[in-house]
Amino acid sequence: MAQEMLYWQALNRAMDIEMEEDDSVFTLGEDVGLYGGSYRVTDGLYAKYGEWRVRDTPISEGGFTGLGIGAALVGMRPVVEIMTINFAMLALDSIVNGAAKISLMSGGQFPMALVVRVPGGVAHQLAAQHAQRLEQMFMNVPGLRIAVPSTPQDAYWQLRQAIASDEPIILLEHELLYFTKGMVDIVAEPPPMHRAVVRRTGKDLTILSYSRMAPLAQEAAVELAKEGIEAEVIDLRSLKPIDWDTCAASINKTHRFMVVEEDCRFAGAGAEMVATLTERCFFSLDAPPQRVAGLDIPTPYNGALEAVSIPRIPDVVDAARALCKPAQKAAE
Amino acid sequence: MERETLHHLLHDMLLARVFEERAAEEYSKRNIAGFLHLYPGEEAVAAGVINAASPSDYIVSTYREHAHALVRGVPAGKVMAELFGRAGGMSGGMGGSMHMFDRERRFMGGYAIVGESCPIGVGIAYTIALRNLPETVICFLGDGAMNQGAFHEALNMAGLWHLPILFICENNHYAIGTEVHRHSAVPELYKRVAAYSIPAEKIDGMDVLKVYDATRHALARIRRGGGPQFIECETYRYRGHSMADPDSHRPVIELKAYQAHDPVSAAIRNLEFRYPSPEELAAAGPDNITRLAQHMVDAGHAHAAEVEAIKADVQKTVEEAVQFALDSPPPTMDAAWQALHCNRHQEVLI
Repeated sequence: MAQEMLYWQALNRAMDIEMEEDDSVFTLGEDVGLYGGSYRVTDGLYAKYGEWRVRDTPISEGGFTGLGIGAALVGMRPVVEIMTINFAMLALDSIVNGAAKISLMSGGQFPMALVVRVPGGVAHQLAAQHAQRLEQMFMNVPGLRIAVPSTPQDAYWQLRQAIASDEPIILLEHELLYFTKGMVDIVAEPPPMHRAVVRRTGKDLTILSYSRMAPLAQEAAVELAKEGIEAEVIDLRSLKPIDWDTCAASINKTHRFMVVEEDCRFAGAGAEMVATLTERCFFSLDAPPQRVAGLDIPTPYNGALEAVSIPRIPDVVDAARALCKPAQKAAE
Repeated sequence: MERETLHHLLHDMLLARVFEERAAEEYSKRNIAGFLHLYPGEEAVAAGVINAASPSDYIVSTYREHAHALVRGVPAGKVMAELFGRAGGMSGGMGGSMHMFDRERRFMGGYAIVGESCPIGVGIAYTIALRNLPETVICFLGDGAMNQGAFHEALNMAGLWHLPILFICENNHYAIGTEVHRHSAVPELYKRVAAYSIPAEKIDGMDVLKVYDATRHALARIRRGGGPQFIECETYRYRGHSMADPDSHRPVIELKAYQAHDPVSAAIRNLEFRYPSPEELAAAGPDNITRLAQHMVDAGHAHAAEVEAIKADVQKTVEEAVQFALDSPPPTMDAAWQALHCNRHQEVLI
C-alpha cells in the first residue's frame, strides 16, 4: 500500500483526507488557496473545497492565527499556515498568549484543536530574516505541542494526528525537506505523535536529532561506521513533549550521547535535551554529552558562510569521534 | 420600550455597580489579588448591549469584563469566586479577574492583551459564516485597542469577508492614563472604521436606552446579511484603570461631569412617574399619545417601591455572591493540570 511521495505531497494528502473526512477542518493563510501554497502543501484543495475552507488571507499573521483560535473555541479544526517561521514572530501573541493559555485560563472549558503549520530552517541563501529556527522559543511555552517530521511518512502521519488532536499543535516543517522523497503508507497505524524512533541502531553512542538534522545525522552515522564507530540515531519527531524514555533507553545502552540541532546553540533545543538526559542518565554516562548546533549568529547571506553556520556532516563525525575517544583509549 | 426590559436594564446596571464596588472592598480586604479593573460608570454599555443580544450570540470580552459576565447571566457567585481565585469560580480559579469564561453562556472569555479579543471574535464569526448559522458575535474592545495591529487586521478580515460580528468600542477616553486625543490621530474613533467598509456610529454610552436600541438595530442589520457593524459607546469609568492605579492623572471636574450623567441614576429617572412634556407629546405624534402616556404611567406606578426592591435584591445577590466565594474551596494543583490538559483526554504522554 506504500507509495513514494515527496514530503509536500504527503502533507497535501494528509490535508485532503482530513478535510474530506471532517467538515470542521479548514485551512487559512497567505496564498494557500488560489495560488496553491508557497510549498504546494494546499495544492488542489481550493478547487475541491472552496474559498471558505481554503482561505487566502491578507498578510496579517497575528490576525489570521487569532482567527484560528476563535474558530477552534467553537469546535472547528483550523489548520493555519504561516508562510515561514520568521513571520510567526508576528503571530506570537496569538500562539503564546492565546492558543497556549485558553485551556488553563478557562478552567478547561474549551477545545483548542488548532494546528499551526510553519516551514522553517536554513534553506538556500534566504538571509537572516528568512532562515531562522525558533523551535526553542515555542518549547518554553507550556500548553503547546510541537511536532517535527523529518520524513514524508511522518509528515503524513503527524499532520493527520495534529488535525485530529484537540490540543494546539505547531507542526514545524523544514523548507529543505519539502522536495525529499520517501515511502508513505497511508493506511498503516502510526505511532503516537510524540514518539521518538530509533532510525539506526548502534552501540557506541546515541545521536539525538530532529527535522532536517535527523537525515543528516543518519548520513554521518554511515561515515562513522566506516571508522568502526556504531552510532544509534534517534529521530525525536516531537519537541514538546520529548519522548525521554526512548532517549534514555538508548543512552543507558551506549553510555554516550550528543545532540545535532540546527537551531542556535545557546539555550537551544539541545540544551534542554542535555540537561534532562544528564539528570536522568548521569551515572550511566562515560563522557560529557556534546551538542553540535547552529552558531549564535543571524544567518549570513553568503552561501559559504551560511553553510558553516549550521551543522554539516563532518561536524557531526568529528564530534562523535571526539566523544568516543576516551572509550577507545580505555579499550587499548 | 417594554417595561420588563427597562426593569432588566436597571437591575443589571445596579447589579454591576454594587458588585464592582463590593469587589473593590474585597480587594482592600485582600480577598482579591492581582489586577482588578472595575466597571463603575460604564454599566449602560454592558447592560444595553448584552440585553439586546440573543442567548445564542457569542460574547468576546476584555479584561474589564465582570459586568459583561453578570449581564450575560453568569451567577454573581461564580464571578465573585473567580475574583477570589476559588474552585467555584467561572474559570475554576485559574483565570482570575481578567480571564472569565463560560462556555454554556457562550461567554468566550476575557482577554488581557489589548486588542486580542478582535481576531478571536472574527474567528468565531468566520465559523458562523462558514457554517451558515444565524448567530452573531459581540466583540468588546476599548479605545486603547484601536491602536493595535490586531484590531486593524481583524476589522480588515471582518469587512473583507462580510462576517457577522458587532464590535463594541467602550470608549472611556483613557488608555490607562493616556487620553484619547493623545493616543489617536483621529480622536473620533468610529471614523477610523470607515477604512474597512464597516458601518460605524458613535452613541452616548451613558444612556442605556440608546445603547440598547443601537445594538438591537446593529444586530438586526447583521442578521439581515449586512455584515460587520461597529458602535463606539462614549462612556467613562469613575475609578482608575485598575485598583493599582491611583487615578491622579484625570481632572476631578471631568469625573464630576460624567457622574452628573450617571447611567444608573438616569435609568432610575426614566422609571420615575412624570407626565411627558408638551414637546415630547408633540414629537410622539397624536397616535402615540395614549400609548406613551400609558407607558409612563405604568412605569411610574411601580417606581418608588420597585426600584427599592431591585436595589435590595441586588444587594442580597452580591452578599450571597461574596459568601459563595468565601465558602468555595481553593482549587488544587491537580485541577490546574487537568485544565491545562483538558484537550488531551486522559492520554498520558510522558
